[in-house]
Amino acid sequence: MHTVNLSDVAVADRELAQTIAQRANVNLRDCYQCGKCAAGCPMADDMDLSPQQIMRALQMGLTEKALSATGPWLCAQCMVCSTRCPQNIDITKIMREVRRESHARGHRCIPESNAFETQFLKGVKADGRNNEQYLAAFYNLRSGHLAQDMLSAPKMLAKGMVGIGKHSVKDRDAVRKIYEKCLEKDGEQK
Amino acid sequence: MTELKYSWFPGCSAGSTGIAYTQSAKYVADKIGLEMKEIDDWCCCGTSAARITDDDLMHALPARSLALSERQYPGLDIVAPCTGCYSALKGARHWARQSEENRRHVSELIDMDYAAEADVKSLLEIMVEPDVVDLTVSRLQKTLGGMKIACYYGCTQVRPAEVCNFDDVENPTSMERLLDACGAECVQWGFKTECCGASNHVVKPKAARKAVERIFRNAKACGAEAIVTSCPLCWLNLDMREQQINSEMGTDYHLPVYYFTELLAMAMGATPDEAGLGYHFEPAAQLAQDRIVADTKTEEVTR
Ligand code: SF4
Ligand code: SF4
Repeated sequence: MHTVNLSDVAVADRELAQTIAQRANVNLRDCYQCGKCAAGCPMADDMDLSPQQIMRALQMGLTEKALSATGPWLCAQCMVCSTRCPQNIDITKIMREVRRESHARGHRCIPESNAFETQFLKGVKADGRNNEQYLAAFYNLRSGHLAQDMLSAPKMLAKGMVGIGKHSVKDRDAVRKIYEKCLEKDGEQK
Repeated sequence: MTELKYSWFPGCSAGSTGIAYTQSAKYVADKIGLEMKEIDDWCCCGTSAARITDDDLMHALPARSLALSERQYPGLDIVAPCTGCYSALKGARHWARQSEENRRHVSELIDMDYAAEADVKSLLEIMVEPDVVDLTVSRLQKTLGGMKIACYYGCTQVRPAEVCNFDDVENPTSMERLLDACGAECVQWGFKTECCGASNHVVKPKAARKAVERIFRNAKACGAEAIVTSCPLCWLNLDMREQQINSEMGTDYHLPVYYFTELLAMAMGATPDEAGLGYHFEPAAQLAQDRIVADTKTEEVTR
């Protein structure tokens, strides 16, 4: 890691790092950079910044670096890092909060990941349940992965595992209202 | 023994990608007298999509089904076969029980009173209770014939430990105890609680395949001839991707991936189709038929 003159780091960036850490209920100073989190992370190989490096970036107030990293967007939320951290830091939550802030600021570091979650929740809002076959089709459309064989759909159709029929809750309004209360509060859409 | 009666949260995969699990679980439940009352009008637990997006949504979606269950089946604990659903439901209950303020907040979001009293359990969790293991063994017609099994728990059955409160977070052994009692020879291996890559198999397949390849590699190196799981997402990511991994990465894995209930059903007398083995991508019926046979030694002794 190169040298950073901490007095050059913008106050706003440092404050934002603190805010993110507070949302995750984490004290950034607790991390002593042992690397245990990154060592056990199943996705670290493919991350530009590992969980350990995300922690370091936040500690130093290099917040934009953390927010534009793919690491938090690749995080599978497996909770291995939080379980093994000797300092009991909930890094899974840090990764989640960094990703949420990154999303809120318009970053789409892994656009496919955003497309998948958006489509998933859209389905839940409409039907109250997830219909895997439609999720697959719409995800492929949205992400532009037309060729991607998300759920080996033909094989599944042949085996009778998925069909054309959708399942949904009876009380669709109830689920839609929950969705709206949670995600469309204060008129802003998340 | 306490009555085996639970409220049942099937989850979205129960009738599709998890159909083999549902079918075999029902077969086993029928044999051991486990009563499962489906929650009327349950909704999606929100899973990782809600978790990534918003705390309120990740608590409210599960809380709606939990509150319905408390109304429909007062006093009954809730069982989720899918460990992903289990994690979302259990997490929401845990959060609602942390303070009266939390409980009220989530009740307000779902427009229903959620008491957060009924506990949430996974199907595996209730099946590994010592007296349920005994009951299961007493219903077997065949044994698992020394099948070399790598028990794979994945993430959400064990983590976070303070929520799940299940076995050991790094080295759980309860699935091994159940399957060994049924005649399997479970192997020692290091990837019991590793992540399968979850939805990254869809969004970043190359990165996620590595996670699964490591799981197969370790299971094989430790002498396993099959992997057994209790999670439909893990099952899908292992079973459906095994041949893809072989062709993409030049490996040669042929380990069937079973739900633990499939093997129990087979040992209780189900045909491979009844046990759900026809739904597999990696052929799974042959090994099960070869290993799961009537224990001739015991027959000879009794004769
Ligand atoms: S395991 Fe904990 S203390 Fe160690 S680097 Fe990661 S966050 Fe920091
Ligand atoms: S929760 Fe995310 S960052 Fe932590 S180990 Fe799992 S994939 Fe890596």
